[in-house]
Amino acid sequence: MTGIGIDIGSIATKGVLIKDQSYYRVILPTGWNPRAAGHEAIAKLLALSGVERHGVESVVVTGYGRVAFDSADRIVTEIKCHARGVSHLYPEVRTIIDIGGQDSKVIQLGSSGQVVDFAMNDKCAAGTGRFLQVMATALGLEVSELGNVEDPNKLLAVSSMCTVFAESEIVGLLARGNPKEGIIAGLHQSVGKRVAAMARRMGVKPQVAFTGGVALNRGVKRALEEELECSVMVVESCQYTGALGAALLACQSGKQ
Amino acid sequence: MADYREMWSNLDMDLEKHDVLCQVLPEVFGEVYLSQQKRPRGMDFYDFVVSEIHGVRPAELIEHQKSGGKVFGTFCVYVPDEIVFAAGGIATGLCGGSQFWVAAGEKVLPPNTCPLIKASVGARLDKTCPFFRIADMFVGETTCDGKKKAWEILASEVPMHVIDIPQMKRAQDVNAFEREIHSFIKVVEDFTGSKISADSLGESIKLINNKRKALQRLYEARKAAAVPISGKDALLVTQIAFYDDPSRCAQMANQLSEELEERISRKEGVFPEDTLRIMISGTPMAIPNWKLHHIVETSGAAVVVEESCTGTRYFENLVDETAPTLERQVRALAERYMKTNCACFTPNSARIDDILRLAEEYKVDGIIDTNLQFCNLYSTESHLVKQALAEKNIPVLHLETDYSEQDFEQLRTRVQAFLEMLRE
Repeated sequence: MTGIGIDIGSIATKGVLIKDQSYYRVILPTGWNPRAAGHEAIAKLLALSGVERHGVESVVVTGYGRVAFDSADRIVTEIKCHARGVSHLYPEVRTIIDIGGQDSKVIQLGSSGQVVDFAMNDKCAAGTGRFLQVMATALGLEVSELGNVEDPNKLLAVSSMCTVFAESEIVGLLARGNPKEGIIAGLHQSVGKRVAAMARRMGVKPQVAFTGGVALNRGVKRALEEELECSVMVVESCQYTGALGAALLACQSGKQ
Repeated sequence: MADYREMWSNLDMDLEKHDVLCQVLPEVFGEVYLSQQKRPRGMDFYDFVVSEIHGVRPAELIEHQKSGGKVFGTFCVYVPDEIVFAAGGIATGLCGGSQFWVAAGEKVLPPNTCPLIKASVGARLDKTCPFFRIADMFVGETTCDGKKKAWEILASEVPMHVIDIPQMKRAQDVNAFEREIHSFIKVVEDFTGSKISADSLGESIKLINNKRKALQRLYEARKAAAVPISGKDALLVTQIAFYDDPSRCAQMANQLSEELEERISRKEGVFPEDTLRIMISGTPMAIPNWKLHHIVETSGAAVVVEESCTGTRYFENLVDETAPTLERQVRALAERYMKTNCACFTPNSARIDDILRLAEEYKVDGIIDTNLQFCNLYSTESHLVKQALAEKNIPVLHLETDYSEQDFEQLRTRVQAFLEMLRE
């Protein structure tokens, strides 16, 4: 059984190909053309695995670009894909926190890994990867550096959740000579608070898994643990969870 | 569309701005409506009404005015249209449902006002809707704070009467509403110059009841296992019912229902057999707000009922037609209108009973409880709705949205994930 899962996110496109027991994965920037990014991910997976296109029984596409993609056998939401991917790796997980480029989600799983409930952030960048990206730019850093630069002992509260207001707020904090490390810890706390509030509305059941690109940031993990008062496990290869779930669904369904 | 420019110009409308609106609507309607498969023939009438949305009905209203009649613009299902028609007037719904008018409303309203109010105020101030230009009097009501203050702004434009809607449903509140209807009768009589009698009110009670019965019949058809009409089409019928001539509305809805009943006898539906059945509950969707229905029905599910003012709240419950005197008729009106369950009342547990009952009657697989952004009442009530539905194991998704297109993809993800959940 050979199946491909493609997760076309707002920032990165991720692909996973499963052939029998072998897993192959690729990641590339989505850019302005989600459809082309999807095709490129498939081409790269085929090259990497040596599988021919006709040897792939099913392609499942997810992520915000799924609607634009033209040659999927099946389109599935990222909520179901993340659930499938995470419960495959960690069957004991009951709550998934997924923070991606443009949205954040909390997904509650049932005992067999099925989606029982979910919540998503409203149409704004608060509590998402985009929020952190804008702040990183304002601080003259790469978004990938934030987690290592923060110092929670010097934490300075950033009260604005709104990306626009928070940016002005940190410009103000910097102007008063505050250290970057503390401001960054404050930003992580702000994301943690926002997402934790969403999770608490639904109820948080252990074990809690953290996935999506922002899960690479250990500062946000720390903030989530503080806010939720429980341990949060970062999913292995957290950026690929959605694509993995899609690939598993592709293998399961064949060409339905 | 026929040429109505002279009429619009006589109404002192902003023709240039209005042209922009006239250009967008056919495109959207084509994409959302005309692309649907297996539409009933009876929808032709409604398609025609949309194609002439700012022409054909406004022209009728102007004819009515030319012969000395008055037009009353209304914004709510609690306004008793019966009174207006009994005095020889015409009541026409005015609620704005397009993002096009929102910016104009924002010139005077705070940003955290619901889009329905913004669009309604904007449509009047920007002179881009003939209905808002034609109405001789606006009839407001006190259902929410945003509306109450908006009436004060609109009152400087058009004569305005505000009906005081009670906030609770105790016996003294029904009595208070009865007195409000009497005051409304006085206002309408003075404004039209014609006296309302038990005979004329009796006639108009029948007129509006017939409209309600026709819409009830249409919704009854949606209970069939093979749904004979899409949710989008049914929504369009209730949206147009708000401002169309009531007897024509009844006639057209009955004709359509007849066709749907034939379809049911042949077990002919518009969707594949195992399509998920969804109820949408919450705030009204004024024309041309078709956003959520469109997302649901292009994601492989069917909307089979709306628990909203553009749905069951509009036509459930009839007014007693046997009341012999004007006094008793007004009492019957008060009793009927106070049976409608809006989140502006406290407590409002009867609305939750309605939702549970409709879920069973229409055999829904899940409920999307939605409210327009900044509608504090429905948004807060959604918590209790969710709780009650959880107790009965009925899946529910709460969505807050406005008239803009910017959250379309996010909504689609939520709706599709909800449907996936229902299928599991």
